[in-house]
Amino acid sequence: MISDMAVIVWKEWKEVLLQRGSRRGGPLTMLLLLGIMGIFVPLQSGRAFLVEPTVILVWSWLPLFLCMSVVADAFAGERERHTLETLLASRLSDRAILFGKLAASVLYGWGLSTGGLLLGAVTINIAFPDGGIAFYDLGLFFSALAASLLASVLISALGVLISLKAESVRQAYQRLSLGFMAIWFIPMLFLQFAPASITQPIMNALNHMDLGAILPWAAGVVIAIDAALVVACMMMFQRSRLLDM
Amino acid sequence: MTNIAIQTDSLSRSFGDVKAVDGISMTVDSGAIFGFLGPNGSGKTTTIRLLLGLLAPDSGSAKVLHFDTRTEADAIRLQTGALLEHTGLYERLSAIDNLEFYGRVWRLNKVERAARIQELLQSMGLWDRRGDTVSTWSRGMKQKLAIARALLHKPALLFLDEPTAGLDPVAAAELHENLINLARKQNVTVFLTTHNLAEAEKLCDQVAVIRHGRILSIGTPDTLRLKQGGSRIEVIGKGFNEALLSQLRQRSEVHSLELKEHHLTISLNGQPETAPLVSLIAAAGVEIEEVRKGAASLEEVFLTLMEEEKSNDQ
Repeated sequence: MISDMAVIVWKEWKEVLLQRGSRRGGPLTMLLLLGIMGIFVPLQSGRAFLVEPTVILVWSWLPLFLCMSVVADAFAGERERHTLETLLASRLSDRAILFGKLAASVLYGWGLSTGGLLLGAVTINIAFPDGGIAFYDLGLFFSALAASLLASVLISALGVLISLKAESVRQAYQRLSLGFMAIWFIPMLFLQFAPASITQPIMNALNHMDLGAILPWAAGVVIAIDAALVVACMMMFQRSRLLDM
Repeated sequence: MTNIAIQTDSLSRSFGDVKAVDGISMTVDSGAIFGFLGPNGSGKTTTIRLLLGLLAPDSGSAKVLHFDTRTEADAIRLQTGALLEHTGLYERLSAIDNLEFYGRVWRLNKVERAARIQELLQSMGLWDRRGDTVSTWSRGMKQKLAIARALLHKPALLFLDEPTAGLDPVAAAELHENLINLARKQNVTVFLTTHNLAEAEKLCDQVAVIRHGRILSIGTPDTLRLKQGGSRIEVIGKGFNEALLSQLRQRSEVHSLELKEHHLTISLNGQPETAPLVSLIAAAGVEIEEVRKGAASLEEVFLTLMEEEKSNDQ
């Protein structure tokens, strides 16, 4: 099944790289993102980029929004462009197609995230050489990698679920975007506009939180959600259901 | 048993209140070109989806290449190639990338893949444009590429939904020749749907006419022509008159008559002797220039079946 998944990943990435039929559009978008993530932002932050946990976590999560465009296209795009039925009529198993699509999105988001992080370290060492060669604190670095992987799986699995049901890429993308905007912005808006009597204790708790103790629990919760979403994808992905729509 | 490629037994599938496929029972021999004829929305595409195991039947059963469509659909898809309602091409990719992808899907090794892709693209006249993005191609070129994709892994059974739609006459004739060669030389079974009845007449060993999900008639084109249309004679000449036509109508072997200026078509019941009729016409003083004997075309059979079905519905 792994080789079949790899075939799907190959095709998905080929399509991403040739977005809108342009041989430059896809790679340029990726280079632009890597430039912002791996050069511009580290230059703004200085050597603190390598030690501030929030900087690493925030900038490891952002590329995951890129997963949205890939995963929204996964099934809704195939349906919209009338390629889904032919794919389903091939010898590929349900699992190979599903996990191939998931892997393409996860590896795309996680790969860019990892690339951005590594490029950031190179940028810092070139732009701020004082103090010798530096790298991220290894604990933070691997935490950031793990966080971006888990988040990539989260958005990809959710995206597949939405894409399986959506009639068009636009609809899938809109639903996915709205969902994530709600997840990201509702807490931020709450903290911004709620009375200080409510927000202050929360902020105090967050500031004094023992990240080392919390992160494993948080990771456990995300892993559980990821697993539940992947199982839901497996249950929903059935050839006959896809063509019944 | 071993020479049957497809066998269905009371196969049915509904979508809500609509019976898309309604109790289809048929057998398709291995190595045959089977034509599935029917108007739009008659259940042809749903039947193909059921045979590929892409949809589950509500009732009845089907075996394709001896595999059950409900439980062994993966094995069926392993040995079949399909050109479905749409070409199914990835238009952002090039022609070679499309075939490369499906070559990998069918696990052709690198050398085999490259050779097969080149062979197919050259035979379809697409080799020079292999690097172009497919979205820039004409409909006919896309159709050829989709056919190449269906043939890529040398399947034992080919499902082709309107394969010559969008092809120019030369390309269509080449495809006909290819399909005949595949069936005759490589024993590939071809299950094709078409609106082009002349194509079905030329290509198919067996045909089935379907409407409202039901098979109205099935058999070889000759059988259908004889069963449904009967035989007929056409007489071209001068001097036809009402008395003669009336005499002809009273004869038991005559089913119906149609006179258009100097062209009389007599549809017959069954396969009677025609010489007495010609003698009668000559004796009535008609100056006969030509007499043709033949059967109804598949198109006429098709239209007759559609009319009968419509009358039954009313």
